[in-house]
Amino acid sequence: MPVLDARNVTKRFGGLTAVSDFSFAVPEASIVSIIGPNGAGKTTFFNCVTGFYEIDEGEIFFDGVPVIGRSPDQIAHLGISRTYQNIRLFPEMTAVENILVGMEPRLSSGWIASVFRTARVREEEERALEEAAELLRFVGLVDKGNNLARNLPYGDQRRLEIGRALASKPKLLLLDEPTAGMNPRETAETTAFIRVLRDELGIAILMIEHDMRVVMNISERVTVLDYGQKIAEGTPVEVQNNPRVIEAYLGRGAAAQTGMETVAE
Amino acid sequence: MTQEDFRDILRIALLSGLVAASASAIGMVRAFDERDLIVGVLSVGQLLLFSAPAVAGYVAAGEHETIERASALVSGLLAGVLTSVPVLILILIGTVFPSIRDFSGGEYGLINVTPALIEILTFEQGVLTGSLLLAAVMGAVGLISALVYILPRTLGRPIIMAVLWTLSLTLLSEVLQEILRSIFGVAGLRAIFGTAGMRPLPALVLFVVIALVYLWWQGPGRDQLQERLHTAHPLQQRRVRLIAFIVLFVLVLLAPLILGRRLSDVVNSVGLFVLMGLGLNIVVGFAGLLDLGYVAFFAIGAYSVGILTSAGPLGIFNLSFWAALPIAILAATLAGVLLGTPVLRMRGDYLAIVTLGFGEIIRVLATSDLLKPYIGGGQGILQIPRPFVAAPGAVELQIIQPQQFYYLILAGILLAAFVSWRLRDARLGRQWMAMREDEDVAEAMGIHLVKTKLLAFAIGAAFSGLAGAIQAARIGSIFPHSFSLLISINVLSLIIVGGIGSLPGVLVGALFLVGLPELLREFESYRLLMYGALLIAMMVAKPEGLWPSPVRRRELHKDEYEDAFPSDVAENPFTDEPMAEQVVESPNTATK
Repeated sequence: MPVLDARNVTKRFGGLTAVSDFSFAVPEASIVSIIGPNGAGKTTFFNCVTGFYEIDEGEIFFDGVPVIGRSPDQIAHLGISRTYQNIRLFPEMTAVENILVGMEPRLSSGWIASVFRTARVREEEERALEEAAELLRFVGLVDKGNNLARNLPYGDQRRLEIGRALASKPKLLLLDEPTAGMNPRETAETTAFIRVLRDELGIAILMIEHDMRVVMNISERVTVLDYGQKIAEGTPVEVQNNPRVIEAYLGRGAAAQTGMETVAE
Repeated sequence: MTQEDFRDILRIALLSGLVAASASAIGMVRAFDERDLIVGVLSVGQLLLFSAPAVAGYVAAGEHETIERASALVSGLLAGVLTSVPVLILILIGTVFPSIRDFSGGEYGLINVTPALIEILTFEQGVLTGSLLLAAVMGAVGLISALVYILPRTLGRPIIMAVLWTLSLTLLSEVLQEILRSIFGVAGLRAIFGTAGMRPLPALVLFVVIALVYLWWQGPGRDQLQERLHTAHPLQQRRVRLIAFIVLFVLVLLAPLILGRRLSDVVNSVGLFVLMGLGLNIVVGFAGLLDLGYVAFFAIGAYSVGILTSAGPLGIFNLSFWAALPIAILAATLAGVLLGTPVLRMRGDYLAIVTLGFGEIIRVLATSDLLKPYIGGGQGILQIPRPFVAAPGAVELQIIQPQQFYYLILAGILLAAFVSWRLRDARLGRQWMAMREDEDVAEAMGIHLVKTKLLAFAIGAAFSGLAGAIQAARIGSIFPHSFSLLISINVLSLIIVGGIGSLPGVLVGALFLVGLPELLREFESYRLLMYGALLIAMMVAKPEGLWPSPVRRRELHKDEYEDAFPSDVAENPFTDEPMAEQVVESPNTATK
């Protein structure tokens, strides 16, 4: 059974159909990418999955449980977490605090108990702090726990955001352009890191990405969206050679030309 | 001195002069002249007048870094003299056209430009001599100010601090007299203080002592003390801290005995605002929800106690204060939830407007005829009994005196501060903070926004309800007009002045914005003006508040923090280690 199973999802904004009749699945412990030109509806789809948008038609199941009709915080509790295209950390909170907020779905102490600081509350906080420190080490931010998120260098902020998303121990991680704005070395590191997440933690990863090297390098399957519609799906190689994809990215003329070149070869 | 320098000096001088002239024209100088700071030497009114050339001189002296010492002094002198120009014009107008006072029947006239004012401005020396004297004195103040500026920092700072402290302490002469009475006796007090203000010699002694202490403190003092504390055994360090805490606690406990009746009452007013401030601090400071109708919960707490305990015709329950107290707090809490629910989806300005309306609705309801049979309309609720407490000797003691109410309020503050402090550092505090920073992301991280927001509203309202309940019992009667919008604004201002999100800041803010005006009754008519001026000054000079929370400090002083920790910042966001590459590349480009 796929971790995420979206069936015939349609999302409209007034007259604009941002996502149209889109069916899509993420198998367990796999890395799947959605690509497509700007405005193709990729991030809109993310927002539908995480409950920020109500979809107009279709169904989305996570682990067999319907996602539609649940609020974002409930969906986070189900085990989906995400990062954002333009990093959205809590800038005035420290790195550790950011991670602790990410851990929310797994914390249970109530506010009255925290006023009395009961043994259970103390225990939970201690455990949470330990785990946060561990997680910081895992994403490569040792010793930076007490820095404000805002003061971290760009690459660290990206890493911290992934760390925050991991803190809830999700089954599915949505990464919105995880390597945007990174130099080649950082991109390579991040790519390797994403693979580690899948291999060691068994998390299924759904990724929006523009960097084709990253997409082709680590994804098992790639889905291409254009104007809200799925125009291609398959392994990276299949998608790469699909004339409709080339057309969407480079225009019709280019597609014809590439097609001829392929023939000539 | 270049023309540009002169223009800058002229600008600051005329600006300060205009402030001084305006303060005179609206009657502040005259009203404050009643209160002496230093008997026969300086009144509050004069302080107001002469702080203008002092500021102008200081700024003018520092206007250009390259300026030489001598020319800095000249600048200060010039700025001081020029500051007097707008005031001199005011004197001229007041003397030549006395009719300006009752221009169009006094409606638009400068009614405060009276002969009495002109006498103050001219040191009672006649208009001509006095005007010259004023210009000379202002010039002298500007010169001294510039002199302090060019002094080395190690000398200048102690002088400035000593001036500020001496002025503050002389301003609080009344309080000091009350406190020192038991130590010095009446005769001793007469030697130090006049009816208001301090006598010149003690003031001078005070100034010198403070300057010397500060000089020692910033020299070897602080380092020595810190070194001794740091090198001490951890057990000793704990003991020092414990002793300091006990001394502070005993002082707080004994305060009403030292302060006496009137000052205790002032402290109680401050205390109730601290209690409200702690509540609003949760809503605004922690959760970032701007609530302008906060007085509503205060009113609900007060009215609950009024209805439930009043011995008058409106009171049908006749409960004791202690039975009514939890009900009052509960009522306020419920009102908090009630207000919170419809505004859950609103942010920022919209939320502020709706809560503002809520506060007004409660006040209008309280004055309405509809509810008059139950809560007394404009006449309010009277005959609210004072609370009884069990006292040693099996006799019930009624809390009547301000000194007794002090302990009730203190208990409330300690409770509220404790709850605030624990929640801030707990999971809920983190949820509030995350919500304040980015609501959408907080929700995506699994935070239940409705619950988190309502908890902030409810807990904040509970503290305010508690304050209202105590207020009803303290005054013994409640009237709707005492629950005006101004209270909400006061509480919000004191949080801002103290430092948003900071617990000690609430106390500091309340002392400044509630305590000072209570002590200095002449300020009453100018209270709002001073609020406005103070808030603007705060926003410009110290936006994080007088006692900021660590978070705000780092938020608002990014640059300084970034200077302090250059390692984590100021890197090009897109390149982590670009230096090596650039070094390699540059020869290539050179050879091309």
